[in-house]
Amino acid sequence: MVRVTTFYDVTVIATESLSKRFPRVTALDRLSVDIGPGVTGLVGANGAGKSTLIKILLGLSPATEGRAEVLGLDVATKGAAIRERVGYMPEHDCLPPDVSATEFVVHMARMSGLPPAAARERTADTLRHVGLYEERYRPIGGYSTGMKQRVKLAQALVHDPQLVFLDEPTNGLDPVGRDDMLGLIRRIHTDFGISVLVTSHLLGELERTCDHVVVVDGGKLLRSSSTTDFTQSTTTLAIEVSDSDEHPDGTRAVRDALHARGVETDNEGGGLPGAGHILLLTAQGEDTYDLVRDVVADLGLGLVRMEQRRHHISEVFTSADEQRKEATVHGG
Amino acid sequence: MAVEQPLATPAGDQSRIHDIGYRGYDGPRLGRAYARLSLYSQTLRGSYGLGRSVKSKVLPMLLFAVMCVPAAIMVAVAVATKAHDLPVPYTRYAIIMQAVISLYVASQAPQAVSRDLRFKTIPLYFSRPIETADYVQAKFAALASAMFVLTAAPLAVLYIGALLSKMDFAHQTKGFGQGLLSVALLSLLFAGIGLVIASITPRRGFGIAAVIAVLTISYGAVSTLQAIADSQGSTSAIPWIGLFSPVTLIGGLSTALLGGTNTFPGGDGPSHAQGAVYLLVVLGLIAASYGLLLRRYKKVGL
Repeated sequence: MVRVTTFYDVTVIATESLSKRFPRVTALDRLSVDIGPGVTGLVGANGAGKSTLIKILLGLSPATEGRAEVLGLDVATKGAAIRERVGYMPEHDCLPPDVSATEFVVHMARMSGLPPAAARERTADTLRHVGLYEERYRPIGGYSTGMKQRVKLAQALVHDPQLVFLDEPTNGLDPVGRDDMLGLIRRIHTDFGISVLVTSHLLGELERTCDHVVVVDGGKLLRSSSTTDFTQSTTTLAIEVSDSDEHPDGTRAVRDALHARGVETDNEGGGLPGAGHILLLTAQGEDTYDLVRDVVADLGLGLVRMEQRRHHISEVFTSADEQRKEATVHGG
Repeated sequence: MAVEQPLATPAGDQSRIHDIGYRGYDGPRLGRAYARLSLYSQTLRGSYGLGRSVKSKVLPMLLFAVMCVPAAIMVAVAVATKAHDLPVPYTRYAIIMQAVISLYVASQAPQAVSRDLRFKTIPLYFSRPIETADYVQAKFAALASAMFVLTAAPLAVLYIGALLSKMDFAHQTKGFGQGLLSVALLSLLFAGIGLVIASITPRRGFGIAAVIAVLTISYGAVSTLQAIADSQGSTSAIPWIGLFSPVTLIGGLSTALLGGTNTFPGGDGPSHAQGAVYLLVVLGLIAASYGLLLRRYKKVGL
């Protein structure tokens, strides 16, 4: 089979006013989104409809209305064909503790239709790629959370799918494990040529990994855009400067100078230590960094800190700017 | 020399590990039927602890041995005493050994289904080509096959022993065939009941206890009621009471339709007409078990 998803710019997932209503809740509300090849982040708070969407896309749960296609196959009629070409890594634990990673992944490979010899070969390859070596012969029960996540990832990749759904793959990992996992997810696309749909409730971690981010809330599409758009328009810079004899309140001096050049700033609120000494401004690409550098240097102050603030999903929900975009932005 | 040098280096190179990078898979994908068969063989092997830890081999293998040893002894006695027929008819053997069979189904039905529920492995199956029905069919068929192996093996021992001791070939073959048919029905019935009970709970212990309770308590209750009915002279009620436990269902069915000797107290056992009712009930229960399992797994889903 030709890997069309990798070589041509086509749509991997397409939904058209997709709705899913349960007797009491509307899990998805007329969701229309097109997702191309690459790594796509699906962001939403718990209960935003992420899992429901994945279930529908796997052809396991019929939509109440609307339609969806995965790899050009209709989810309503071609469920089995989709599931043969797609991998799925669930959010929760799903591994039996009393078998080894090798045995388990071989079994899962066969469940995906791989002949016995190919299943063993692919299992060895895949486990090596996700970073499991000698320990793969030991029972899974003795693994760390990070290793278990790798086994879960391996079973989703073992049949060499064209697309994988990863549901909260960084859940429960420490910062180092989280970075490893994000790096691995990146490689799934760049090295393996497999498109990825990864869910998270942390926008910040997806910004670093994904080419494209889709934000859903309450079953509705809030935003769908490429990560570069996202960072350009929403990166917040936090700057802190030293005081000098000439400018006893360095922070105010910088703020005034920035205002004079037409840059809006905010003071960091809250009762945290250092509050009032940190200026927040929205970075509009590279120029903003240069501007801050120049302004601070011109005033003869020391730049104590200049950092990007991690966005939490809530900022996207509250920002009025994003609300406006909601209606117009459509992925691509 | 300049040409030979590069030839010498590969020897050193072989000890190095090369990351050959990611390789895709272009081979065949065998689809649903193959996946179902794989799940069937994995579960069947698992029912005897094959491909599992040493600890999980102990009980099924022990029960298998316990099932076969009495058959071997009977054959030995029959041969030694130059008997003209086996001490126990083929259809009766499973009824005598019902406690062992119940124990086996109680221990292996939960291992077939509760594990996937408990460790939440189910979503991994259903995110693959197989459907709910494939999963249920594979598990049902695997446990029924495991039960058939358990119950048919001692019959085979009896049959081979009977032939070796030159008992009447036609008579023995007919009895063996009837025996196989009755244990086949028994396997399907017990596997169905065991799986339905085990699929309700993700806890293995509960599953084991519940299956034993259902099989043995119902057998005990029915046998007691039959004995009471017999002592009070209402022999006509005995066959109807037998409908209410899996063991007596198979016993009554074998008596009425498969030429077995009566396993019930008093009287001649169920008539042919009653045997038809027995057969309907057995088939109905098997179908109902399958239906209940399908319903159960439709709900579990992802």
